[in-house]
Amino acid sequence: MSQAGTLTWFAQHETRLAWRDAFAMMTGGRADRGRKVAIGILAFQLFIHAVAYFAIGGMATLALENDLPTLIAVTVGVVLAGSAVLSQAMESVTRTFYSRSDLDLILSSPAQAHSLFAVRIGAIAVSVGAMSLLLIGPFINVLAWLGGVRWLGAYGVILAVALTATALAIVLTVGLFKLIGPKRTRLVAQIAAAVIGGLFAVGLQMAALFSTGTMSRLAFLHSDQVLAHAPGVDSALWWPARAALGDVQALILVVIVSLAGFVLATVLFAPRFANFAVAASGVSHGGTRLHGAGRAFRVETASAALRRKERLLILRDPWLISQSLMQLLYLLPPAALLWNNYAVSGGAAVIVVPVLVMASGQLAGALAWLTISGEDAPDLVLTAPVAPSRLLRAKVEAVMDCIAVVFCPFVIALAFISPGAALVAACAIAASAASASAIQLWFRSQAKRSQLRRRHSSSRIATLAEALSSITWAAAGAIAAAGSWLAVFVVLIAIGIVAGVRYFSPARAQG
Amino acid sequence: MHQDTLKPALEIRGLCKSFDRPAVEGLDLYVRPGEFYMLLGPNGAGKTTTLRMVSGLLRPDDGSISVFGVDALADPVAAKQIIGWVSDEPMIYDKLTPSEYLEFVAGLWNVERGVAERRARDLIGWLGLEKVAHARCEPFSRGMRQKVALAGALVHEPKLIILDEPLTGLDAGSARLVKTVLTERVRAGATVIMTTHILEIAERMADRIGVISGGRLIAEGTLQELRERVGTGDSCLEEMFLTIVEQDAAAA
Repeated sequence: MSQAGTLTWFAQHETRLAWRDAFAMMTGGRADRGRKVAIGILAFQLFIHAVAYFAIGGMATLALENDLPTLIAVTVGVVLAGSAVLSQAMESVTRTFYSRSDLDLILSSPAQAHSLFAVRIGAIAVSVGAMSLLLIGPFINVLAWLGGVRWLGAYGVILAVALTATALAIVLTVGLFKLIGPKRTRLVAQIAAAVIGGLFAVGLQMAALFSTGTMSRLAFLHSDQVLAHAPGVDSALWWPARAALGDVQALILVVIVSLAGFVLATVLFAPRFANFAVAASGVSHGGTRLHGAGRAFRVETASAALRRKERLLILRDPWLISQSLMQLLYLLPPAALLWNNYAVSGGAAVIVVPVLVMASGQLAGALAWLTISGEDAPDLVLTAPVAPSRLLRAKVEAVMDCIAVVFCPFVIALAFISPGAALVAACAIAASAASASAIQLWFRSQAKRSQLRRRHSSSRIATLAEALSSITWAAAGAIAAAGSWLAVFVVLIAIGIVAGVRYFSPARAQG
Repeated sequence: MHQDTLKPALEIRGLCKSFDRPAVEGLDLYVRPGEFYMLLGPNGAGKTTTLRMVSGLLRPDDGSISVFGVDALADPVAAKQIIGWVSDEPMIYDKLTPSEYLEFVAGLWNVERGVAERRARDLIGWLGLEKVAHARCEPFSRGMRQKVALAGALVHEPKLIILDEPLTGLDAGSARLVKTVLTERVRAGATVIMTTHILEIAERMADRIGVISGGRLIAEGTLQELRERVGTGDSCLEEMFLTIVEQDAAAA
């Protein structure tokens, strides 16, 4: 056992808590599910390996040169992954500042809090790195198996990306803290994290669209414009790409530089985290801003009051807004595609419709969870003299209202290109959102709104069903937009999925 | 109105509810209109379960519940219309202001706009929430949250107010304010049923006291009636309560 209050002692403490937290999240709090979860993870990894084999197996044996097009493509891949990792790290750093949990206990103790924060910074790097390993690792394994050990260098790049992203996240969040103060940092950092996660991918897609007129990123990256403006092959900018392609010297350099950046950020900022956490705890959340002072008292019907309440809660939830923003961000490429194809071709609809339908299903699922399961005052609502069915209907209506507000502009824009496709999109969006809401309704279980992040762990069947129904409705929309009657069969499959989910839902079991 | 005074505010007969084990077992309870009724009992006695069933938050396994003559199990919506419920854990919305919260509650109980506005203004004034009426509830202390929740429970002027440990965690000033508001309500004709572990409050405020243990009503009456029953002279409620619970445990 290490001496209390030291770095290793805090590391042991945090590891124990993190393990128990992760285990509880994976098993849903039931210790007897450990074996099933292990088998599930193994099966998932085998599945991803199979996907990797069929997706990129052919690339493994390619004699990739360290030429400019290859280096650009690999670098962009690294940056794409890195932006997602940076987004995750920023969110984790923000949470370290603002979540109280055991901080009051530790900060009020005589222990050196900077040791704890150094451990927590390390934990952020480990968690974001682990997530990348889980998803990218199988692809590296397949490449190494078929193409030789040189591909294993990509593991080093994952480590470097995790370290660099964590260091950058610390610098960015601390910068925000200094620049705009603890009160605004929380909201801005959450939104920035969401935007950073998607901005590069979306920006690249849009650049491809406007320069080459297609959605192909590769065509854009290999275009003469990009090649002409890119630095030479000897530039340090390509080190990560060289490292990923098996250049040992570049790999060592990349890992050393990222490690140095990470250590520097930790040494510089960990001792100040205690001050940030104390400042963050003194923040008054929304206490000073007045809402509706001076306006007339407004009383509506029960349904209207419920819908209004849900709208207000959604609009005043910065984290939810940042998450929604992320979903909306991914709608920008199809929106740009619409713009680009305006009055030129109806073909764009086949790409746009499924994206809209998918996004509506995902957004509706999150909103339905918030309004139905994430009710903060369930006793109040249940003791109201309103039939339960009316309460639930009002909540679902609130979700559908939000979906309508978000997606109507896209459907209207689509109508200028292809009225038929717009009609298909409107129907499929409504069906996808209604299905996702219904699934959340059938699998509802009381939770706190703040647990939205973990809603997927409460019911895996609901999560899978929600994704599957969104995908199927998206496919149906795409096929219908292409003018094929085959869409009818896909619609029937989607209805079958929703009906099947209803059959297995706890709501049906309870009658 | 005259009809209502003839009907019991609450009449419970043979109420049963089991979870892993029986929580309420054949409970009979009769609360008169305009009465301040305190329900006491040790932890796990079945007080909260009983009140949650009356409020429509739990479905009983057996028995009947009548609120001012309305069958709460057959017509829960009509019963809820005349009940106000406050739990020990104030459940309000962090992102709404007290004023918006009261608008929302008034909407749920279908209170006419002008009436709701006047009541909301009065409640906000009585409970000392004027300065924060238009600020979000997020940074509120527990006492302020409880006051907002209480205002919500009273905005539709319920005839039966049910409070489960409403004074838990409140400072002396807030607790006094809550007690004053409740006493005013009883004076105005409302019926209050409240659970508490603070026996001095029960001693001072209650018209009648019911003691529940093991899901059954084991003693009931005014303070004087309970004294006579226990035969402890002019002892305090705490002493009587402990004697009653011990006697019941010994008899069981």
